[in-house]
Amino acid sequence: MKSLIAQSHPLSDPKAQLDVINNKTEKLKSLEKFEDKLEEIGLEPLKPTGIEIFQINVGYMCNMTCKHCHVDAGPDRKEIMTKETLQYCLDALQDSDIETVDLTGGAPEMNPHFRWFVDEVSKLGKHIIVRSNLTILDTRKFEDLPQFMADRGVEITCSLPFYSKRRTDIQRGEGTYDKSMKVLKLLNSIGYGKEETGLRLNLVYNPVGAFLPPNQEELQQQYKERLWNDHEIVFNDLYTITNLPISRYLTFLVESGNLEDYMEKLITAFNPGAAQGVMCRNTISIGWDGTLYDCDFNQMLQMKTNHGAPDHIKDWDLDKLNNREIVVDQHCYGCTAGMGSSCGGATV
Amino acid sequence: MDKTYYNPDDLKKFGDVGEFQKELADKFFDYYGTVFADSALSAREKSLIALAVSHAVQCPYCIDAYTEESLEKGYSEEQMMEAVHVAAAIRGGASLVHGVQMMNKVDKLSM
Repeated sequence: MKSLIAQSHPLSDPKAQLDVINNKTEKLKSLEKFEDKLEEIGLEPLKPTGIEIFQINVGYMCNMTCKHCHVDAGPDRKEIMTKETLQYCLDALQDSDIETVDLTGGAPEMNPHFRWFVDEVSKLGKHIIVRSNLTILDTRKFEDLPQFMADRGVEITCSLPFYSKRRTDIQRGEGTYDKSMKVLKLLNSIGYGKEETGLRLNLVYNPVGAFLPPNQEELQQQYKERLWNDHEIVFNDLYTITNLPISRYLTFLVESGNLEDYMEKLITAFNPGAAQGVMCRNTISIGWDGTLYDCDFNQMLQMKTNHGAPDHIKDWDLDKLNNREIVVDQHCYGCTAGMGSSCGGATV
Repeated sequence: MDKTYYNPDDLKKFGDVGEFQKELADKFFDYYGTVFADSALSAREKSLIALAVSHAVQCPYCIDAYTEESLEKGYSEEQMMEAVHVAAAIRGGASLVHGVQMMNKVDKLSM
Protein backbone atom coordinates (compact mmCIF):
# COMPACT_ATOMS: atom_id res chain seq x y z
CA MET A 1 0.00 0.00 0.00
CA LYS A 2 1.25 3.47 -0.89
CA SER A 3 1.03 6.49 1.38
CA LEU A 4 -1.76 8.97 0.66
CA ILE A 5 0.82 11.45 -0.50
CA ALA A 6 2.31 8.97 -2.99
CA GLN A 7 -1.21 8.28 -4.28
CA SER A 8 -1.79 12.06 -4.65
CA HIS A 9 -4.90 11.45 -2.56
CA PRO A 10 -6.90 14.65 -1.95
CA LEU A 11 -6.81 13.97 1.79
CA SER A 12 -3.02 13.93 1.86
CA ASP A 13 -3.34 17.72 2.06
CA PRO A 14 -3.65 18.89 5.70
CA LYS A 15 -5.86 21.83 4.71
CA ALA A 16 -8.26 19.47 2.96
CA GLN A 17 -8.35 17.29 6.09
CA LEU A 18 -9.26 20.24 8.30
CA ASP A 19 -11.87 21.34 5.81
CA VAL A 20 -13.46 17.89 5.81
CA ILE A 21 -13.76 17.58 9.59
CA ASN A 22 -15.09 21.13 9.87
CA ASN A 23 -17.25 21.54 6.78
CA LYS A 24 -17.89 18.36 4.79
CA THR A 25 -21.57 18.20 5.75
CA GLU A 26 -24.15 20.51 7.33
CA LYS A 27 -24.04 18.31 10.41
CA LEU A 28 -20.26 18.71 10.76
CA LYS A 29 -20.57 22.46 10.29
CA SER A 30 -23.12 22.58 13.09
CA LEU A 31 -20.96 20.75 15.64
CA GLU A 32 -19.59 22.83 18.49
CA LYS A 33 -16.07 24.12 17.87
CA PHE A 34 -13.35 22.75 20.11
CA GLU A 35 -12.30 26.25 21.10
CA ASP A 36 -15.83 27.04 22.27
CA LYS A 37 -15.87 23.86 24.32
CA LEU A 38 -12.63 24.94 25.98
CA GLU A 39 -14.11 28.39 26.59
CA GLU A 40 -17.07 26.81 28.40
CA ILE A 41 -14.78 25.10 30.88
CA GLY A 42 -12.40 28.04 31.28
CA LEU A 43 -9.46 26.49 29.39
CA GLU A 44 -9.38 28.84 26.40
CA PRO A 45 -6.73 29.76 25.41
CA LEU A 46 -5.15 26.42 26.17
CA LYS A 47 -1.78 26.95 27.85
CA PRO A 48 1.03 24.53 28.70
CA THR A 49 1.54 23.31 32.24
CA GLY A 50 5.26 23.11 31.45
CA ILE A 51 7.16 21.07 28.91
CA GLU A 52 8.23 17.72 30.33
CA ILE A 53 8.35 15.64 27.16
CA PHE A 54 10.47 16.47 24.12
CA GLN A 55 8.93 14.40 21.35
CA ILE A 56 10.98 14.22 18.17
CA ASN A 57 9.57 12.85 14.97
CA VAL A 58 12.82 11.74 13.35
CA GLY A 59 11.20 10.90 10.01
CA TYR A 60 8.10 9.66 8.25
CA MET A 61 9.78 6.65 6.64
CA CYS A 62 8.42 3.33 7.89
CA ASN A 63 8.59 -0.30 6.83
CA MET A 64 4.81 -0.52 7.28
CA THR A 65 1.73 1.32 5.96
CA CYS A 66 -0.91 0.83 8.64
CA LYS A 67 -4.47 1.72 7.73
CA HIS A 68 -5.01 4.11 10.63
CA CYS A 69 -1.62 5.89 10.55
CA HIS A 70 -1.97 9.58 11.39
CA VAL A 71 1.51 10.22 9.97
CA ASP A 72 0.74 8.67 6.58
CA ALA A 73 4.08 6.94 7.06
CA GLY A 74 5.45 4.28 4.77
CA PRO A 75 8.42 3.04 2.77
CA ASP A 76 7.80 5.74 0.16
CA ARG A 77 8.17 8.65 2.62
CA LYS A 78 11.59 10.26 2.37
CA GLU A 79 11.32 12.92 5.10
CA ILE A 80 14.14 12.14 7.55
CA MET A 81 15.62 14.38 10.23
CA THR A 82 19.22 15.34 9.42
CA LYS A 83 22.14 15.11 11.83
CA GLU A 84 22.27 18.90 11.87
CA THR A 85 18.67 19.16 13.07
CA LEU A 86 19.25 16.38 15.61
CA GLN A 87 22.17 18.44 16.90
CA TYR A 88 19.83 21.43 17.36
CA CYS A 89 17.64 19.12 19.45
CA LEU A 90 20.64 18.13 21.57
CA ASP A 91 21.55 21.79 22.05
CA ALA A 92 18.02 22.57 23.23
CA LEU A 93 17.99 19.58 25.57
CA GLN A 94 21.39 20.35 27.04
CA ASP A 95 20.18 23.63 28.49
CA SER A 96 16.84 22.41 29.81
CA ASP A 97 15.35 20.45 32.71
CA ILE A 98 13.22 18.39 30.34
CA GLU A 99 13.72 14.80 31.45
CA THR A 100 12.04 12.72 28.77
CA VAL A 101 12.95 12.43 25.10
CA ASP A 102 10.33 10.57 23.08
CA LEU A 103 11.43 9.34 19.64
CA THR A 104 8.75 8.66 17.11
CA GLY A 105 8.26 8.42 13.35
CA GLY A 106 7.61 6.60 10.98
CA ALA A 107 9.86 3.94 12.30
CA PRO A 108 12.36 6.04 14.29
CA GLU A 109 14.91 3.24 14.03
CA MET A 110 15.15 3.91 10.27
CA ASN A 111 16.74 7.33 10.77
CA PRO A 112 20.42 6.73 9.82
CA HIS A 113 21.58 8.76 12.85
CA PHE A 114 19.36 6.91 15.32
CA ARG A 115 22.11 5.10 17.23
CA TRP A 116 24.35 8.18 17.41
CA PHE A 117 21.46 10.30 18.65
CA VAL A 118 20.33 7.80 21.30
CA ASP A 119 23.92 7.69 22.57
CA GLU A 120 24.15 11.48 22.74
CA VAL A 121 20.80 11.86 24.52
CA SER A 122 21.80 9.09 26.87
CA LYS A 123 24.99 11.00 27.75
CA LEU A 124 22.80 13.96 28.75
CA GLY A 125 21.16 11.71 31.34
CA LYS A 126 17.71 12.01 29.77
CA HIS A 127 15.12 9.25 29.82
CA ILE A 128 14.52 7.96 26.28
CA ILE A 129 11.33 6.45 24.92
CA VAL A 130 11.37 4.83 21.47
CA ARG A 131 8.04 4.26 19.75
CA SER A 132 8.59 1.08 17.80
CA ASN A 133 6.33 -0.75 15.41
CA LEU A 134 8.05 -4.01 16.53
CA THR A 135 8.27 -5.50 13.04
CA ILE A 136 11.28 -3.33 12.15
CA LEU A 137 13.20 -5.17 14.87
CA ASP A 138 12.56 -8.42 13.02
CA THR A 139 14.77 -7.36 10.11
CA ARG A 140 18.43 -8.26 9.70
CA LYS A 141 19.59 -4.63 9.63
CA PHE A 142 18.01 -3.86 12.98
CA GLU A 143 18.23 -7.17 14.80
CA ASP A 144 20.89 -5.92 17.22
CA LEU A 145 18.90 -2.82 18.16
CA PRO A 146 16.97 -4.39 21.07
CA GLN A 147 20.22 -5.07 22.93
CA PHE A 148 21.57 -1.63 21.96
CA MET A 149 18.47 -0.02 23.48
CA ALA A 150 18.55 -2.28 26.54
CA ASP A 151 22.18 -1.30 27.22
CA ARG A 152 21.11 2.35 27.32
CA GLY A 153 17.98 1.79 29.39
CA VAL A 154 15.71 2.94 26.58
CA GLU A 155 11.99 2.50 27.25
CA ILE A 156 10.18 0.83 24.34
CA THR A 157 6.57 1.67 23.60
CA CYS A 158 5.18 -0.36 20.76
CA SER A 159 2.04 -0.76 18.74
CA LEU A 160 -0.21 -3.76 19.25
CA PRO A 161 -3.75 -2.68 18.37
CA PHE A 162 -5.34 -5.81 19.82
CA TYR A 163 -4.44 -9.05 21.49
CA SER A 164 -5.91 -11.03 18.61
CA LYS A 165 -4.23 -11.79 15.30
CA ARG A 166 -7.31 -10.95 13.25
CA ARG A 167 -7.74 -7.38 14.37
CA THR A 168 -4.01 -6.63 14.50
CA ASP A 169 -3.44 -7.82 10.94
CA ILE A 170 -6.49 -5.95 9.61
CA GLN A 171 -5.03 -2.65 10.78
CA ARG A 172 -1.32 -3.24 10.32
CA GLY A 173 -1.02 -5.79 7.52
CA GLU A 174 -0.99 -9.56 7.16
CA GLY A 175 1.67 -11.26 9.26
CA THR A 176 2.15 -8.32 11.64
CA TYR A 177 0.76 -10.14 14.66
CA ASP A 178 3.09 -13.13 14.31
CA LYS A 179 6.13 -10.90 13.81
CA SER A 180 5.10 -8.78 16.77
CA MET A 181 4.83 -11.83 19.01
CA LYS A 182 8.29 -12.97 17.87
CA VAL A 183 9.85 -9.59 18.69
CA LEU A 184 8.02 -9.26 22.01
CA LYS A 185 9.44 -12.64 23.03
CA LEU A 186 12.90 -11.47 22.02
CA LEU A 187 12.47 -8.27 24.04
CA ASN A 188 11.32 -10.33 27.04
CA SER A 189 14.35 -12.58 26.68
CA ILE A 190 16.73 -9.65 27.15
CA GLY A 191 14.79 -8.35 30.14
CA TYR A 192 12.23 -5.97 28.64
CA GLY A 193 8.82 -5.96 30.33
CA LYS A 194 10.10 -7.60 33.49
CA GLU A 195 9.68 -5.58 36.68
CA GLU A 196 13.05 -6.58 38.14
CA THR A 197 15.14 -5.29 35.20
CA GLY A 198 13.71 -1.77 35.00
CA LEU A 199 13.58 -2.14 31.20
CA ARG A 200 10.14 -0.85 30.43
CA LEU A 201 8.07 -2.32 27.61
CA ASN A 202 4.67 -0.78 26.95
CA LEU A 203 2.05 -1.67 24.39
CA VAL A 204 -0.27 0.69 22.56
CA TYR A 205 -3.88 -0.17 21.75
CA ASN A 206 -5.70 1.66 18.92
CA PRO A 207 -9.32 0.92 18.07
CA VAL A 208 -9.47 -0.98 14.79
CA GLY A 209 -12.49 0.95 13.56
CA ALA A 210 -14.79 3.86 14.31
CA PHE A 211 -15.18 3.42 18.04
CA LEU A 212 -13.55 4.60 21.25
CA PRO A 213 -10.99 2.65 23.28
CA PRO A 214 -12.05 0.47 26.19
CA ASN A 215 -11.19 1.28 29.79
CA GLN A 216 -7.39 1.16 29.90
CA GLU A 217 -7.07 -0.73 33.17
CA GLU A 218 -9.59 -3.41 32.22
CA LEU A 219 -8.09 -3.86 28.77
CA GLN A 220 -4.58 -4.09 30.18
CA GLN A 221 -5.77 -7.01 32.29
CA GLN A 222 -7.21 -8.70 29.18
CA TYR A 223 -3.98 -8.15 27.24
CA LYS A 224 -1.85 -9.48 30.08
CA GLU A 225 -3.94 -12.63 30.41
CA ARG A 226 -4.15 -13.32 26.71
CA LEU A 227 -0.51 -12.60 25.87
CA TRP A 228 0.71 -14.66 28.80
CA ASN A 229 -1.67 -17.57 28.21
CA ASP A 230 -1.16 -17.67 24.44
CA HIS A 231 2.52 -16.67 24.13
CA GLU A 232 4.09 -16.34 27.60
CA ILE A 233 4.73 -12.66 26.85
CA VAL A 234 4.92 -10.02 29.58
CA PHE A 235 4.88 -6.23 29.40
CA ASN A 236 4.58 -3.28 31.76
CA ASP A 237 1.72 -0.98 30.78
CA LEU A 238 -0.91 -0.81 28.09
CA TYR A 239 -1.77 2.61 26.68
CA THR A 240 -5.15 3.07 25.04
CA ILE A 241 -5.04 5.73 22.33
CA THR A 242 -8.05 7.19 20.52
CA ASN A 243 -7.73 7.54 16.75
CA LEU A 244 -7.84 11.19 15.74
CA PRO A 245 -9.83 12.03 12.61
CA ILE A 246 -6.89 12.94 10.40
CA SER A 247 -4.81 11.43 7.60
CA ARG A 248 -5.39 7.73 6.79
CA TYR A 249 -7.85 7.22 9.61
CA LEU A 250 -9.85 10.16 8.25
CA THR A 251 -9.96 8.55 4.81
CA PHE A 252 -11.32 5.40 6.47
CA LEU A 253 -14.01 7.45 8.26
CA VAL A 254 -15.01 9.21 5.05
CA GLU A 255 -14.98 6.11 2.84
CA SER A 256 -16.87 3.97 5.36
CA GLY A 257 -19.53 6.62 6.02
CA ASN A 258 -18.58 6.88 9.69
CA LEU A 259 -17.25 10.44 9.81
CA GLU A 260 -20.31 12.28 11.14
CA ASP A 261 -21.11 9.66 13.76
CA TYR A 262 -17.50 9.48 14.89
CA MET A 263 -17.18 13.25 15.27
CA GLU A 264 -20.46 13.33 17.18
CA LYS A 265 -19.27 10.51 19.37
CA LEU A 266 -16.04 12.32 20.22
CA ILE A 267 -17.91 15.51 21.05
CA THR A 268 -20.61 13.78 23.09
CA ALA A 269 -17.86 12.04 25.05
CA PHE A 270 -15.99 15.32 25.72
CA ASN A 271 -14.57 15.07 29.22
CA PRO A 272 -13.43 18.30 30.92
CA GLY A 273 -11.06 16.24 33.08
CA ALA A 274 -9.42 14.85 29.96
CA ALA A 275 -9.17 18.36 28.53
CA GLN A 276 -7.24 19.43 31.63
CA GLY A 277 -4.75 16.63 31.03
CA VAL A 278 -4.16 16.82 27.27
CA MET A 279 -0.59 15.96 26.35
CA CYS A 280 0.08 19.19 24.42
CA ARG A 281 0.19 20.90 27.81
CA ASN A 282 3.38 19.07 28.83
CA THR A 283 4.83 18.08 25.45
CA ILE A 284 6.55 19.78 22.55
CA SER A 285 6.70 18.06 19.19
CA ILE A 286 9.62 18.55 16.82
CA GLY A 287 9.11 17.73 13.15
CA TRP A 288 11.67 16.06 10.89
CA ASP A 289 12.72 19.47 9.51
CA GLY A 290 12.99 21.07 12.97
CA THR A 291 9.62 22.80 12.95
CA LEU A 292 7.92 22.95 16.35
CA TYR A 293 4.35 21.82 17.00
CA ASP A 294 2.09 21.40 20.02
CA CYS A 295 1.74 17.67 19.31
CA ASP A 296 2.44 15.02 16.67
CA PHE A 297 -1.13 15.38 15.33
CA ASN A 298 -0.76 19.12 14.82
CA GLN A 299 2.53 18.30 13.13
CA MET A 300 0.75 16.15 10.56
CA LEU A 301 -1.76 18.95 10.00
CA GLN A 302 1.14 21.40 9.62
CA MET A 303 -0.25 23.55 12.44
CA LYS A 304 2.96 25.05 13.82
CA THR A 305 3.36 26.55 17.27
CA ASN A 306 1.92 30.02 17.05
CA HIS A 307 0.92 33.15 18.93
CA GLY A 308 4.46 34.51 19.20
CA ALA A 309 6.15 31.27 20.29
CA PRO A 310 9.20 30.10 18.32
CA ASP A 311 8.29 27.64 15.60
CA HIS A 312 11.68 26.10 14.82
CA ILE A 313 14.17 24.22 16.95
CA LYS A 314 16.90 26.67 15.89
CA ASP A 315 14.99 29.37 17.79
CA TRP A 316 14.36 27.23 20.89
CA ASP A 317 13.24 29.32 23.86
CA LEU A 318 11.81 27.25 26.71
CA ASP A 319 10.29 30.21 28.55
CA LYS A 320 8.43 31.41 25.49
CA LEU A 321 7.29 27.89 24.64
CA ASN A 322 6.10 27.27 28.19
CA ASN A 323 3.94 30.36 27.91
CA ARG A 324 2.62 29.77 24.41
CA GLU A 325 -1.00 29.37 23.37
CA ILE A 326 -1.68 25.90 22.03
CA VAL A 327 -3.17 25.70 18.53
CA VAL A 328 -6.39 23.68 18.40
CA ASP A 329 -9.01 22.53 15.90
CA GLN A 330 -11.79 19.92 15.68
CA HIS A 331 -9.37 16.94 15.66
CA CYS A 332 -8.47 17.83 19.26
CA TYR A 333 -11.76 16.26 20.40
CA GLY A 334 -9.95 12.94 19.94
CA CYS A 335 -7.76 13.63 22.96
CA THR A 336 -10.60 14.77 25.22
CA ALA A 337 -13.15 12.00 24.64
CA GLY A 338 -14.00 9.57 27.41
CA MET A 339 -11.01 8.79 29.57
CA GLY A 340 -8.81 11.00 27.38
CA SER A 341 -5.99 10.02 25.08
CA SER A 342 -2.31 10.83 24.78
CA CYS A 343 0.95 9.18 23.74
CA GLY A 344 0.96 7.85 27.31
CA GLY A 345 -2.58 6.50 27.04
CA ALA A 346 -5.67 7.58 28.98
CA THR A 347 -5.33 10.85 30.87
CA VAL A 348 -8.12 10.54 33.43
CA MET B 1 -36.32 1.25 -0.53
CA ASP B 2 -36.55 4.74 0.95
CA LYS B 3 -38.84 4.06 3.84
CA THR B 4 -38.36 1.44 6.51
CA TYR B 5 -39.79 0.93 9.97
CA TYR B 6 -36.27 1.10 11.43
CA ASN B 7 -34.04 4.16 10.99
CA PRO B 8 -30.61 3.92 12.66
CA ASP B 9 -30.75 7.65 13.50
CA ASP B 10 -33.89 7.06 15.57
CA LEU B 11 -31.73 5.45 18.25
CA LYS B 12 -30.31 8.88 19.04
CA LYS B 13 -33.89 10.06 19.68
CA PHE B 14 -34.62 7.34 22.24
CA GLY B 15 -34.68 9.93 25.02
CA ASP B 16 -37.46 11.79 23.19
CA VAL B 17 -40.01 9.22 24.37
CA GLY B 18 -40.14 11.39 27.50
CA GLU B 19 -41.91 14.11 25.52
CA PHE B 20 -45.19 12.17 25.69
CA GLN B 21 -44.78 10.71 29.19
CA LYS B 22 -41.92 12.22 31.16
CA GLU B 23 -42.38 10.56 34.53
CA LEU B 24 -42.28 7.00 33.24
CA ALA B 25 -39.45 7.80 30.81
CA ASP B 26 -37.39 9.34 33.62
CA LYS B 27 -37.98 6.27 35.77
CA PHE B 28 -37.06 3.96 32.92
CA PHE B 29 -33.82 5.76 31.98
CA ASP B 30 -32.81 6.06 35.61
CA TYR B 31 -33.43 2.32 36.05
CA TYR B 32 -31.62 1.58 32.76
CA GLY B 33 -28.56 3.53 33.87
CA THR B 34 -28.47 1.69 37.19
CA VAL B 35 -28.84 -1.70 35.52
CA PHE B 36 -25.77 -1.10 33.35
CA ALA B 37 -23.52 0.34 36.06
CA ASP B 38 -20.69 -1.64 37.62
CA SER B 39 -22.14 -3.75 40.41
CA ALA B 40 -22.08 -7.47 41.21
CA LEU B 41 -21.50 -7.84 37.48
CA SER B 42 -19.16 -5.39 35.77
CA ALA B 43 -20.43 -2.92 33.16
CA ARG B 44 -18.16 -4.82 30.77
CA GLU B 45 -19.86 -8.17 31.45
CA LYS B 46 -23.28 -6.54 31.19
CA SER B 47 -22.50 -5.16 27.74
CA LEU B 48 -21.87 -8.67 26.40
CA ILE B 49 -25.04 -9.99 28.05
CA ALA B 50 -26.91 -7.08 26.44
CA LEU B 51 -25.43 -8.00 23.05
CA ALA B 52 -26.72 -11.55 23.39
CA VAL B 53 -30.15 -10.42 24.59
CA SER B 54 -30.35 -7.90 21.73
CA HIS B 55 -30.11 -10.82 19.32
CA ALA B 56 -32.60 -12.88 21.28
CA VAL B 57 -35.19 -10.07 21.10
CA GLN B 58 -33.97 -9.15 17.59
CA CYS B 59 -33.87 -5.42 18.26
CA PRO B 60 -31.85 -3.67 15.50
CA TYR B 61 -31.26 -0.59 17.65
CA CYS B 62 -29.95 -2.71 20.51
CA ILE B 63 -27.73 -4.75 18.18
CA ASP B 64 -26.13 -1.57 16.79
CA ALA B 65 -25.72 -0.07 20.25
CA TYR B 66 -24.30 -3.13 21.99
CA THR B 67 -22.04 -4.16 19.12
CA GLU B 68 -20.35 -0.77 19.44
CA GLU B 69 -20.44 -0.98 23.23
CA SER B 70 -18.86 -4.46 23.18
CA LEU B 71 -16.04 -3.23 20.92
CA GLU B 72 -15.52 -0.30 23.27
CA LYS B 73 -15.39 -2.70 26.20
CA GLY B 74 -12.56 -4.60 24.50
CA TYR B 75 -14.32 -7.78 23.42
CA SER B 76 -13.02 -9.65 20.40
CA GLU B 77 -15.15 -10.60 17.39
CA GLU B 78 -14.91 -14.23 18.49
CA GLN B 79 -16.26 -13.47 21.96
CA MET B 80 -19.08 -11.37 20.52
CA MET B 81 -20.10 -14.11 18.10
CA GLU B 82 -20.06 -16.68 20.90
CA ALA B 83 -22.46 -14.44 22.83
CA VAL B 84 -24.76 -14.40 19.79
CA HIS B 85 -24.56 -18.19 19.67
CA VAL B 86 -25.68 -18.30 23.29
CA ALA B 87 -28.77 -16.33 22.26
CA ALA B 88 -29.28 -18.59 19.24
CA ALA B 89 -28.88 -21.72 21.35
CA ILE B 90 -31.43 -20.50 23.89
CA ARG B 91 -33.87 -19.51 21.17
CA GLY B 92 -33.36 -22.81 19.32
CA GLY B 93 -33.55 -24.75 22.55
CA ALA B 94 -36.73 -22.95 23.50
CA SER B 95 -38.38 -24.25 20.34
CA LEU B 96 -36.94 -27.70 20.58
CA VAL B 97 -37.76 -28.28 24.22
CA HIS B 98 -41.44 -27.82 23.27
CA GLY B 99 -40.94 -31.01 21.33
CA VAL B 100 -41.43 -32.72 24.67
CA GLN B 101 -44.85 -31.10 24.91
CA MET B 102 -45.60 -32.39 21.43
CA MET B 103 -44.43 -35.86 22.43
CA ASN B 104 -46.58 -35.73 25.57
CA LYS B 105 -49.60 -34.80 23.48
CA VAL B 106 -48.82 -37.55 20.98
CA ASP B 107 -48.67 -40.02 23.88
CA LYS B 108 -51.97 -38.81 25.20
CA LEU B 109 -53.74 -38.97 21.86
CA SER B 110 -52.20 -42.18 20.66
CA MET B 111 -53.36 -45.69 21.37
